[in-house]
Amino acid sequence: MEALGAAVGLILAGDGELLSIVGLSLRVTLMALALACAVGLPLGALLGISRFPGRGAVIVLVNALMGLPPVVAGLLVYLLLSRSGPLGDLGLLFTPTAMVVAQTVLVLPIVTAVTRQVVEDLWAEYGEQLRSLGSGRVRAVPTLLWDARYSLATGVLAGFGRASAEVGAVLIVGGNIAGHTRTMTTSIALETAKGNLALALGLGIILLGLALAINGAAFALSAAARRAAAA
Amino acid sequence: MSLTRRVLLGLAVAAGLAAPALAQDKPFITVASTTSTEASGLFKHLLPDFTKKTGIEVRVVAQGTGQAIQTAKDGNADVVLVHDKKAEEQFVADGFGVRRFDVMYNDFILVGPKSDPAKVKGTKDIVAALKAVEAAKAPFASRGDDSGTDRAEKRFWKEAGIAPKGDWYRELGAGMGQTLNTAAGMNAYTLADRGTWLGFSNRQDLVVAVEGDKKLFNQYGVIAVNPGRHPHVKAKQAQAFVDWLISKDGQATIAAYKIGGEQLFFPNAAAGS
Repeated sequence: MEALGAAVGLILAGDGELLSIVGLSLRVTLMALALACAVGLPLGALLGISRFPGRGAVIVLVNALMGLPPVVAGLLVYLLLSRSGPLGDLGLLFTPTAMVVAQTVLVLPIVTAVTRQVVEDLWAEYGEQLRSLGSGRVRAVPTLLWDARYSLATGVLAGFGRASAEVGAVLIVGGNIAGHTRTMTTSIALETAKGNLALALGLGIILLGLALAINGAAFALSAAARRAAAA
Repeated sequence: MSLTRRVLLGLAVAAGLAAPALAQDKPFITVASTTSTEASGLFKHLLPDFTKKTGIEVRVVAQGTGQAIQTAKDGNADVVLVHDKKAEEQFVADGFGVRRFDVMYNDFILVGPKSDPAKVKGTKDIVAALKAVEAAKAPFASRGDDSGTDRAEKRFWKEAGIAPKGDWYRELGAGMGQTLNTAAGMNAYTLADRGTWLGFSNRQDLVVAVEGDKKLFNQYGVIAVNPGRHPHVKAKQAQAFVDWLISKDGQATIAAYKIGGEQLFFPNAAAGS
């Protein structure tokens, strides 16, 4: 109850700090999601329709990476971007860009794995047809992705959930710097550490509300699109 | 290809959204510091003043002392502000830091449950108190994260001639605030820095059990990272921050930070060491 009060209070106050934290969280997560989709959708589709030796192993690897612990992803990106690491000269550690990179690593396997499964099923069903129309495997990818868009949306939303909910990776590579790399989840961790449990839970409720809003919007969009397609 | 166009459009929108966050025009330095200074709220009080005077933004990464020193060693920070004098002097001796300055102190306290199973409440001797905790097999929550506080705790156990082990001694591997949350949850004793304790709101049954021992003195030091070792560090701005912290102005700002009327950190900058 106290937490709900804290959440409502924070929203009503229109707190500038809260707004910038929410803004950063959304920016980082959406950017990571966009990058992961740009790579993962075509990659997953290709994996779904192609046949090559070792394909099974690749699929197992991609599926297993869906369970990559965020802390490990964070640590890998940290070591990569650290000044003593191979990409240290870029000076990207403790920046929002580093957080985008880490979250992309987390989301990419989910988008790729879901796309692979969906497209593989679709290809099994319509591959014959597409090929008889003279479409090569690679040229069939955009068509398949487009036809599978509603199923793929679920995979993309799962990726969004993974990115927006994790704290381990962004904490390590972002550093939870106030006003710079502090996100919803790292704020929740910090407020918990300060013993401000009601405030921490209040922030959690706001984060959950955002996830609800985005998933609701996606649902409504897809329903509208289906109706338009049927009409 | 409508799908490709959609993806590209999405990317462009995302890039546009991300752009303002990625812009880095204001001069800034990165300070690796401890969870105690962050969780106590000191930086929130201190930094706006410095930024207003110099135009330099300070980005604080709050870690345990051991991790903060490692961050600076790797060249990922321009300044370290931590509390383990021996490790700090080693950091300078190894050529990673320019020079170490005392900044401020506060003290460690032993907090524990009101019921006080080890009967140490109100005593002063930290070493004797730890012996009593061990004898009573009263639950003790240890940071276990190689932070400054953790290192201090390990020193006290060593002085007590005890290698703490057993069901009652719980190593958490967590920051100060998390450790206090856990200690409150399981009614355990724990060593804390007073700053975090004063800023901590979830005390439940925890109270201060032991305080005032000279050994509980907790000195914070500040060091600018050596540009000879890491040429990319912002040596000038880093030194400006160090100089301000130990200046009359910076010291007065530290002294002015209070929670509930109680001062959290006591400035004591003098000559560097």
